[in-house]
Amino acid sequence: MNDNRIENAFKNCAKKNRAALVTFITAGYPNLKTSQQILDTLPKAGADIIELGMPFSDPMADGPTIEAAGHKALAGGHNTLKTLEMVTAFRKKDKSTPIILMGYYNPIYVFGVEKFLKAAKKAGVDGLIIVDLPSEEDDELCLPAIKHDINFIRLTTPTTDDNRLPKVLKNSSGFVYYVSMTGITGTAISNFEKVGDAVRRLKSHTDLPIAVGFGIKTAKDAAQVAKFADGVVVGSALIKALDNSLQNGNITKNSIGAVHDLVRDLAKGIASIKK
Amino acid sequence: MDKSKPNSLKNGPDENGNFGNFGGRFVAETLMPLILELENEYENAKKDPLYKAELAKLNKDYTGRPSPLYFAERLTKELDGAKIYFKREELNHTGSHKVNNCLGQILLAKRMGRTRIIAETGAGQHGVATATVCARFGLECVVYMGATDVERQAPNVFRMKLLGAKVIPVTAGAGTLKDAMNEALRDWVTNVDDTYYLIGTAAGPHPYPAMVRDFQSIIGEELREQFLEKEENLPDAIVACIGGGSNAIGIFHPFLDDVEVKLFGAEAGGYGIEVENGHAASMTGGKPGVLHGNRTYLLQDDDGQILEGHSISAGLDYPGVGPEHSFLKDSGRVTYAPITDKEALEAFQLCTKLEGIIPALESAHGLAQVIKIAPTMDKSQTIVLNLSGRGDKDVETVSKLLSSKDFGDKNAGEEL
Repeated sequence: MNDNRIENAFKNCAKKNRAALVTFITAGYPNLKTSQQILDTLPKAGADIIELGMPFSDPMADGPTIEAAGHKALAGGHNTLKTLEMVTAFRKKDKSTPIILMGYYNPIYVFGVEKFLKAAKKAGVDGLIIVDLPSEEDDELCLPAIKHDINFIRLTTPTTDDNRLPKVLKNSSGFVYYVSMTGITGTAISNFEKVGDAVRRLKSHTDLPIAVGFGIKTAKDAAQVAKFADGVVVGSALIKALDNSLQNGNITKNSIGAVHDLVRDLAKGIASIKK
Repeated sequence: MDKSKPNSLKNGPDENGNFGNFGGRFVAETLMPLILELENEYENAKKDPLYKAELAKLNKDYTGRPSPLYFAERLTKELDGAKIYFKREELNHTGSHKVNNCLGQILLAKRMGRTRIIAETGAGQHGVATATVCARFGLECVVYMGATDVERQAPNVFRMKLLGAKVIPVTAGAGTLKDAMNEALRDWVTNVDDTYYLIGTAAGPHPYPAMVRDFQSIIGEELREQFLEKEENLPDAIVACIGGGSNAIGIFHPFLDDVEVKLFGAEAGGYGIEVENGHAASMTGGKPGVLHGNRTYLLQDDDGQILEGHSISAGLDYPGVGPEHSFLKDSGRVTYAPITDKEALEAFQLCTKLEGIIPALESAHGLAQVIKIAPTMDKSQTIVLNLSGRGDKDVETVSKLLSSKDFGDKNAGEEL
């Protein structure tokens, strides 16, 4: 074992003959304290890897659920620094679960790329997924992140053809995130077969693990995707579970449990597929 | 790039779509192959004489180009300084410069075999122009418009519907142009196979800023010819209003290397540049950031969250600006300054009374800049305003504003 948490997480799951569960939550939603509690307890509920969403005012790849969560977090005073502080607090208790920050470039650009990467590494961030930085813009953040020993996880999509894939995969590390559809987060997958074909095509181009995200809502969806993918990413469904537990926008005693229940369910779905 | 003039300001963008430090292609991977295809198709179209001929014919017979260059005699007399000319883009079909870009892009969409056109709009001028060219070519048209703008620009919404477009109100955020653009991008990322995104301003990911500029540059090219004929010289100054900046880049670009021609951009100063979140002057009051596919000056907070901004004019109410303007600001070639709502409204009235021309509130910002500059210039000098749109759409807004005695005050203004 080396010290790359992402690599280790996928290896551990492979040893258990199953895919990895990657869970997304929005940092600072519904408030900082609850968000931290959910984050801290996700691994125990069954998350192998955590994506922590950095709220942005204009999240162009996200559907209404994640957009609204981000806006509410920002309205509550959340910012980039607080997201990093959440990771620091998490790392005090958990040394092994990888944390990937997911978001958009502008808050990082404004924070200062070098300053951000130093702070992220120090906090215990393992990887970054930045939606609006395609490989054409690798000089901005991807290459500097690699220098700071932070994985830059690339999104590939149904429009990324075989000619383009090598360019997209060139500076990818950690794993490859396959976006299951042309569309935004929170939409349902219409054709699992097609997603499976796409993942098999990707595998012929890279040895990195492939995680599939967008449109996975239930344990049944997760199991279907686990048949061909190394990782299953769930985001909007978790935020929605949290939304449904709120009363007038405030947390209830069931809020954290609602997220945990779904995570446990998804983990069971994934574990039902032996690899 | 013109290799014979390595220092020309007209060389941008580079192959990655950058104008100096600004521009680029900051889009999701799903869209990346689409904008590369668009870039490729645009490069081919530029070399195709048939494409060029079809566009030229439409510009002439459908839009009514060339737009006249008009000497504003009474305004000149009133301001008692430089001779004032208007480049009359407001006389174009659909009432603004927007149609120049829409025709260029709709022919491109047709070449690419796209059958569904989407667009964003603020004041509705670009939406109307897009709906118009879609009707003309029999293509499906979907226009995203902030819910707030749908309400305050009702006549344009009705025009779009008459033209056969589907207008989708966007309720996210403050329901203005920025939110409409987010939603249009979401549509495009979902409907990649048949959809063409017809961006209305010289912003967004490469190649849009360069492409829109090229289509709008006909304004400056005509002006050069017309002015040489009338005055046997180039103008001493050119003024245009800046939202995203497409009319401005169109009239500025052919003159960028003529350093004796001073260029002025009028940004939306709203309630005043000192009022937090009370203006939409992204260059005077913002800082560089990344949004909607490009790096440019943006209104944003310390955390990089984008602010909404405010302007009396829905067409200037955007927190960003085209990347080439950001480059021209930093290079010092163009002087950008804010014009307040109040100044724009005064200019609107003056132009109407003295010249019998009702300008769009957007263009009235440019006119207010002319009113500031012209009196400081010598009577032998000349200044040209890009009169980018007509004000029929604004008459109701202005009527409400003029009956409000608190006009110009932030708290009163919000209710309008």
